Amino acid sequence: MPNALIAHRSRVLAAVALGGALGSSLRYGVSLALPHADGGAVWPTLTVNVLGCLVIGAFTVFLEAGEPHHLLRPFFGVGLLGGFTTFSSYLADAGGLLATGQPLHAALYLLLTVLLALPAVICGAMLARTVVARARRRGPGAAPDNVPDTAPGTES
Amino acid sequence: MTLLLVALGGAAGAVLRYGIDLGVRRGHGSAFPWGTFTVNVVGSFLIALFAGGAAVFDGFGSPGLRTLLVVGLCGALTTFSTFGQDTVRLYTSGARSHAARYVLGTVLGGVAAAGLGLGTVALFAQL
Repeated sequence: MPNALIAHRSRVLAAVALGGALGSSLRYGVSLALPHADGGAVWPTLTVNVLGCLVIGAFTVFLEAGEPHHLLRPFFGVGLLGGFTTFSSYLADAGGLLATGQPLHAALYLLLTVLLALPAVICGAMLARTVVARARRRGPGAAPDNVPDTAPGTES
Repeated sequence: MTLLLVALGGAAGAVLRYGIDLGVRRGHGSAFPWGTFTVNVVGSFLIALFAGGAAVFDGFGSPGLRTLLVVGLCGALTTFSTFGQDTVRLYTSGARSHAARYVLGTVLGGVAAAGLGLGTVALFAQL
């Protein structure tokens, strides 16, 4: 039994590590692809954080709707999305704006990220709920709309 | 080569975040996301320490080491997606004041921790 537990924990840790490596590499790719000026490299971080929040909102709904593989959340939610989005660079970006004499921009950036990222979580969840509801309506055997409340001939 | 350093630091950062979150959850039974709060504040301290140290001390690590620690490790140790998800979960479950306190606490705590990191660098720069 302890061996099985150790094997399970090792697989979870490997999934988190692999997801973290992939998510961080993707974030680095975004930082190369998007233009960033010295002392104001805010766009790459803003993009990954808002995009990551949109995806985690949808991902959580999909996880609850289905019977996901036990490594999906460690790999995708904890590892990939956790490694893709970042809080430390968000603060470092604001610090960079402050250091270059733009305190107003620093404060605006801190506020704007939160004001965009939190609604993004909700938007992602709403989109996913629409998809899940549609899939359930179309799914075999799960079509309550077409099933009459009382089957004919059951009344006494 | 740079991408490999980012991926290595990212893997280590994500595993550390997972471990710290589990440890903090065991210590605290509350619904408040103390684990994510802890990694975000600690990561903010570390990024100020590493980035500040590289700016002040010539030869404080190579650009490769800075990429490994700042972009990879600190980037993946901290998270915005879980922070956002936890905030929305607190808000929609009716704990609106908790949600507001969580956002303010994490941002202000992170700013304070980053200030502490820069202060530590300044202290060592004077020695």
